[in-house]
Amino acid sequence: MTSTPETRGSTTPMAPMDPASSGVSPSSMLLSLRGVSKSFGAVQALQRVDLDIPAGQVTALIGDNGAGKSTLIKVVSGIYAPSSGDFYWEGNKVQVHTPRDAEALGIATVYQDLALCDNLDIVENMFLGHEIARRGLLDEIKMELTTKRVLNELSVTTVKSTRQLVGSLSGGQRQSIAVARAVMRDSQLVIMDEPTAALGVSQTAQVLELIKRLAARGIAVLVISHNLNDVFAVADRLAVMHLGTLVSSGLVTEYDTSSAVQLITTGERGGAPLVGSTPR
Amino acid sequence: MSNALTTDAAAEPKLGIVKEVGRRLRAGDGGLVPILIGLAVLVVIFQVKDSVFLSSGNLTNLFTQATIFILLAMAEMWVLLLGEIDLSVGYMAGLSAAIAVILVDPQFHWPWYLAMLLAVVTTTLIGALWGTITIRLALPSFIVTLAGLLGLEGVLIYFVDHQGTGGTVSVSNRVVYDMVNANLSPLFTWIFVVACVVVFSFFIFRKDQLRRGSGLETVSLTMTFLKIGLLTVASVVVVLIFNANRGSFIVLEGMPYAILVDFAMLALGSFILTRTRMGRYIYAIGGNAEAARRAGINVNRFRLLAFMFTGFTAGVAGLLYASRLGGVSDGIDGGNLVLLAVASAVIGGTSLFGGRGKMISAVIGGLVIATIYNGMALLNLPTAEQFVATALVLLVAVALDSIARRGSAVGR
Repeated sequence: MTSTPETRGSTTPMAPMDPASSGVSPSSMLLSLRGVSKSFGAVQALQRVDLDIPAGQVTALIGDNGAGKSTLIKVVSGIYAPSSGDFYWEGNKVQVHTPRDAEALGIATVYQDLALCDNLDIVENMFLGHEIARRGLLDEIKMELTTKRVLNELSVTTVKSTRQLVGSLSGGQRQSIAVARAVMRDSQLVIMDEPTAALGVSQTAQVLELIKRLAARGIAVLVISHNLNDVFAVADRLAVMHLGTLVSSGLVTEYDTSSAVQLITTGERGGAPLVGSTPR
Repeated sequence: MSNALTTDAAAEPKLGIVKEVGRRLRAGDGGLVPILIGLAVLVVIFQVKDSVFLSSGNLTNLFTQATIFILLAMAEMWVLLLGEIDLSVGYMAGLSAAIAVILVDPQFHWPWYLAMLLAVVTTTLIGALWGTITIRLALPSFIVTLAGLLGLEGVLIYFVDHQGTGGTVSVSNRVVYDMVNANLSPLFTWIFVVACVVVFSFFIFRKDQLRRGSGLETVSLTMTFLKIGLLTVASVVVVLIFNANRGSFIVLEGMPYAILVDFAMLALGSFILTRTRMGRYIYAIGGNAEAARRAGINVNRFRLLAFMFTGFTAGVAGLLYASRLGGVSDGIDGGNLVLLAVASAVIGGTSLFGGRGKMISAVIGGLVIATIYNGMALLNLPTAEQFVATALVLLVAVALDSIARRGSAVGR
């Protein structure tokens, strides 16, 4: 609620870290993609994408429908194996071919539908599939205490009780629970697909605050969004996709709304293509 | 972060117990309270109409009558929680009864425990078969088990008619017969019930104490003792009912063994559903199967297990059914039994769409159905009216549940 996005032009709310730190070499990035392509038969969905995701910063992935954003996050989260190209995790080359590979690295994806069970309470959802048990019996107290701790750390204070059913929560609270679940499993990169698409104004502000807190904890966040106001309010870096290629990426301060819109729609900025001229 | 949005639980004013119960009732979150009130109303009506209703003899009879509904409803719970259904539980019980009764018959002369074991293993495997077909071929369980209902009726008739005893086989084994028709001695009834109360109170108390000790919000100590107190009072009443002499010429007292089986199955089912991963996953799959799958749960494995538990419980129900009827006939109406089982579960607050319901719901629902049948039979009302009354209770129960649930904290 405090920092309502009043962004016009290129002003951007303070980044939790020194913005200069993003102009660093690939080896200091948490995750770097180099020349990643993905084709489905004859359709080339991704063409030689180079993307850098630094820890502790929010990277916004923007682009029109069909630009390849969803394909890209599915490649990063291991749902699609890339046709070619390399992944570097903290500078080391890694293979991400299955969701389990991605999970093992510490990549968590929060999908638009959040994958929560409405009939279970917050604690049960947080630990779903990863329950703490002692001699085969669920250790409810330990799970509840951990849930409370994680929610407190993320300052998710709007829920009354951690034993509330998730079905009774608001959209923003549900989003918060889904994010908290990803954080609780020690994820280092949290990917969020359209986190604010279904939310009202105050709920959106809540979620944007949460995203900033994740970055402040040193977690890398990759956000897909259609809402440029949200993007400029929360992102440290932008990556713009157009027709399967990454046409531009860099610090958010290098963009304003009109240049972002132009990149999204034409893949070029002000006539002169920017591809390759961005800081890496 | 704005603190204006904060509503910390600790900051919430403490509600009195009465207020709290009232609030939860209005929110459609009252648990079993509405249906227990409904049951009490039925009991009062029947008692006013016929003072025999609340006699020890009739109540004991009611409990044994309810056993088949309770156990079949518990069987149905496993699949209902997944949003599936098993229409064949009635004939699974019938088949289990037939296997046990025929095998202990002098012509085969199996020991009772092997006969019962084979009966229950058979129905468990049948459950596994329905589960496998449903999962592998992605068919609706309604259709698969509808075929199961028809098929098993055929199998039951085949087995029973081939004994050459005119379509019925009587129970010829003492143990099978005694399950429903013999009783614990009054002393052992006391011992059993007191042991149950002590163990259960211990768990209630320890759970609340552990939560308090960990600094988690919980009910007040008064509420804990109130729960334990209510449990104790209810148990003493039950013991007094069972232990009163209900025989006219001979002494007849104590708790029928069948009730022990009800308790055992209730304890087993509740334990699995609330304390183990399997239970948690069954609720999760029933609530949102896709979310469960993405959480890394092997959804099909737990669906299969649930179908097997349904078969197992239906098999146990069949053994008690054979004991109560004193035999097995080719005319067992498994179709009617399964519908009453589903009705029992739903009256007890189980959702047909999956994800909501408790094992105890099956018990309460089964008692409601048995109360209607027992009470109306006492009043010499014809079968026609029994069916209509059951229909009304079922409709009222789901309607009240649905109205209460609108805008409730519990969701759909």
